[in-house]
Amino acid sequence: MSFLETSLSELRQKLKNRSLRAVDLVKTALGQVQRVEPQVKGVLHILEERALAQAAQIDAALDRGEVLSPFAGIPIAIKDNLCLTGTKTTCASKILENFVAPYTATAVQNVLDAGLIPVVKTNMDEFAMGSSNENSAFFTTQNPWDLTRVPGGSSGGSAAVVAAGEVPLSLGSDTGGSIRQPAAFCGIVGVKPTYGRVSRYGLVAFASSLDQIGPFARTVEDAALLMNVICGHDAKDSTSATVGKEDFTATLNHPISGLRIGVPKELFGDSIAPEIREAVSKALDFFKANGASWSWTTMSSFEAAVSTYYILAPAEASANLARFDGVRYGYRHADSANLKEMFMKSRGEGFGPEVKRRILLGTYVLSSGYYDAYYVRAQKIRQWIRHDFAQVFNEFDVILTPTTPNVAFKFGENAGDPVKMYLEDIATIPVNLAGVPGMSLPCGFSNGLPIGMQLIGKSFDEATLFRLGHFYQQHTDFHTQVPAWLKKGA
Amino acid sequence: MAFEPVIGIEVHAQLKTNTKLFCGCPTTFGQATNSHVCPVCLGLPGALPVLNRQTVLFAIRAGLALNCQIQPQSVFARKNYFYPDLPKGYQISQFDLPLCTGGYVDIVVDGQPKRIGVTRIHMEEDAGKLLHQGAEAISGATHSLVDLNRACTPLIEIVSEPDIRSAQEAKIYVETLKQILEHIGVCDGNLEEGSLRADANVSIRPVGQDAFGTKTEVKNLNSFRSIERAVIYEIKRQEEALGRGEAIVQQTRHYDDTTQKTRAMRSKEEAHDYRYFPDPDLLPLVVTPQQIEEVRAQLPELPQARRKRYRDLGLGEHDCETLLNDLARLAYFDACVAVKGEVAPKLIANWILGEMTAVYKEGKHGFEGSPIIPERFVAFLLLIQTDKISGKIGKELLPKLIGSTQSPSELVASLGVSQMTDTSALDGIIADILAANPDVIEKVKSGKTNAADFLIGQVMKQTRGQAKPDLVRELIHQKIQSL
Ligand SMILES: [Zn+2]
Repeated sequence: MSFLETSLSELRQKLKNRSLRAVDLVKTALGQVQRVEPQVKGVLHILEERALAQAAQIDAALDRGEVLSPFAGIPIAIKDNLCLTGTKTTCASKILENFVAPYTATAVQNVLDAGLIPVVKTNMDEFAMGSSNENSAFFTTQNPWDLTRVPGGSSGGSAAVVAAGEVPLSLGSDTGGSIRQPAAFCGIVGVKPTYGRVSRYGLVAFASSLDQIGPFARTVEDAALLMNVICGHDAKDSTSATVGKEDFTATLNHPISGLRIGVPKELFGDSIAPEIREAVSKALDFFKANGASWSWTTMSSFEAAVSTYYILAPAEASANLARFDGVRYGYRHADSANLKEMFMKSRGEGFGPEVKRRILLGTYVLSSGYYDAYYVRAQKIRQWIRHDFAQVFNEFDVILTPTTPNVAFKFGENAGDPVKMYLEDIATIPVNLAGVPGMSLPCGFSNGLPIGMQLIGKSFDEATLFRLGHFYQQHTDFHTQVPAWLKKGA
Repeated sequence: MAFEPVIGIEVHAQLKTNTKLFCGCPTTFGQATNSHVCPVCLGLPGALPVLNRQTVLFAIRAGLALNCQIQPQSVFARKNYFYPDLPKGYQISQFDLPLCTGGYVDIVVDGQPKRIGVTRIHMEEDAGKLLHQGAEAISGATHSLVDLNRACTPLIEIVSEPDIRSAQEAKIYVETLKQILEHIGVCDGNLEEGSLRADANVSIRPVGQDAFGTKTEVKNLNSFRSIERAVIYEIKRQEEALGRGEAIVQQTRHYDDTTQKTRAMRSKEEAHDYRYFPDPDLLPLVVTPQQIEEVRAQLPELPQARRKRYRDLGLGEHDCETLLNDLARLAYFDACVAVKGEVAPKLIANWILGEMTAVYKEGKHGFEGSPIIPERFVAFLLLIQTDKISGKIGKELLPKLIGSTQSPSELVASLGVSQMTDTSALDGIIADILAANPDVIEKVKSGKTNAADFLIGQVMKQTRGQAKPDLVRELIHQKIQSL
């Protein structure tokens, strides 16, 4: 049994007719973790005991004939910036290396309530700051398609473990592309829901106004099913939208004819690799051939978004990360001579270089004398970006772009040049600034490396993205490809 | 050169809601350290604040009582600084868009009314508390422990205009504010325990000059006396500095109650850059006109209106102020006045503030949950007002009302202490006493009318206090004149 060759609906069917037990699935997951982790290194903590205990409970209930949620018994991976009571939540940072969460994030609780079994917590860029997983304080996750390349980031671990068949599903978080970019690099599906769809309670904040938790899966349908589980209003998050639960699979099989797709010219220029442009063009042709229409549009958002993002996100982060001061939990420098030294050395030694860079950036742009020139202006541009998206959505149902300008890069390739690294997120960042939903799904390969396309929807219209994506996957097989070394018998 | 002080006061008042500003933890104090905490007020990774609407209603109530405009939209911001008692590394406060703006407080200084402007009232969360180990204060301590029970409790900060011109006005302003906040039930107003905290911004300028001088901010004023003394000291210090030709340095100063002096804490250059920005975890606080009107409709009677009403009821200034400063007795008084019994409010106030306070203090009873309910107390006072018993008997009777199931008149009957208003019954007693004291009669006759007090006393003694003193006096004088 392998998560790479068995679909989730098949697993659910077998669990239901009891030809497969939840404990078997957890053992399958743990076995695959054992087998591939030496290469993939996507996992920070294995929750073996907890997972087996939960699986035994679910099996007992199923044996008694109880009707559980369709997901009951399915293993899942959780990004290590989501709190789960009694388990380490490190954010891949030295400063939280030994932090054990005393409470559970709402999204994770929803996952538990649905009977999904968290088996591992996954590696990431420290505090979700990065696009390659190279900023993890512990080790670097490798791309299952090419172990010399990055899996993307910041949710690189969550993407890699699904691509490597360690689990069928995982949760990540996306602040500027942290789900969609690794999904693209690892050849799977990743969704950044509308801001406010999923409660942020228990997600260790990077940039509060941009962060959203979202699913990774190998198919759009599975991603939609997992969205059903994690979405919904939460009184513990003031920014949680007061929209009710939604069944994102309800319109999966509706026809796509008549859907209007807008393609921003800005993301089809020379900065985008030719193979990626070609793959996305083919997808557009496919949609057109099946009754949807597409046309070019222009969105100046993409030009302004990256610099706007690198003012607003660090500004929020600089305050969000102030709580890691060595006083109540986390790393504390021993033997400080005084309070100031304890603060400075705990933070100085606890945070990695990229996190420090962003704290410094954020502190700078909020400082008196600079606030108006940077923060206030960036907020105005953000408003304008929202407006830009709203305008385009007057004409189109979906915006389609490449998810990334390039396929997965080699380790160290962008490490020396943060600005070059930041520009890799040009297609994904505006989506967070606008607060709208985005999904990446596989649409081709370039020299054996996956290519992702991004579908962007109107606020709270994830359903249309799923409909379009599902239709695409019914007629293509990019999402069913598996890295050669992970194939059965390899 | 003559100088004029210019003073503005910032008051932090703790709102007495049951739960904290951004989480569901109780706000009660005196509990075991770090027992009233949760992920939110501990600032755990991933925890998020959710605004407690009751605190908003309290803040609006305060705003209305201080004649402010309530803003339809206000914004919570993060005030960034590091301190061990600040769990998140920032305090959630309101900055450029506070909830209440543009109000005033009317105070009375030496009988003269004066209006002090209120610039703004904003909401914010409190920090925790440091418990220094091995010494009284931070200096000398070996280490400090952090108690976060107080963290995230709701505060309002009331910022006055620089309208205050003396230490006395400063003190009266804070006293008046405290009285208002107590009366509207949003703050218990305890300066010593820190539920009300005041900082004074003090500057001086030559009389006749419009421009303000350089100000200093004086902190740690934890009693009315220290507010007055600190401001007096600071005015004098600034006058002397200017007199020596020195410039005033803009700085924060700490008032030391034992030395009664202020000392520099940090200068403007050392002041924090708090890097305020809107808190992305909280939506703007929206208040509808309807919500404001609901709060206004429930606003209790304010001290100023109450003072006028009490004076109209015939209460003296002293009784009036005593009641206004003691909510429990004030509520009891109001309840008694509301009882239909036609007892004069002044008699009620006299008895509450006099004998009843003494009896309750003795028996450790409170006016809140009083063992003598207002109806019973009024029935008792009615016996005195209608001469059924004397005041003296009343004093003996009052403690007996506690714990007895008999009505006040039944008690009087069973104890046989009703007042003797029957002249014929008194005539005999008076005749006997006059016969036994011919020398006193002579004194009275010769114009020493005070001497009759002795005779009255004798009659009261004989009647065990049941005779009505005024009646006895009248009868004795009649008798002596007819002799
Ligand atoms: Zn709490």
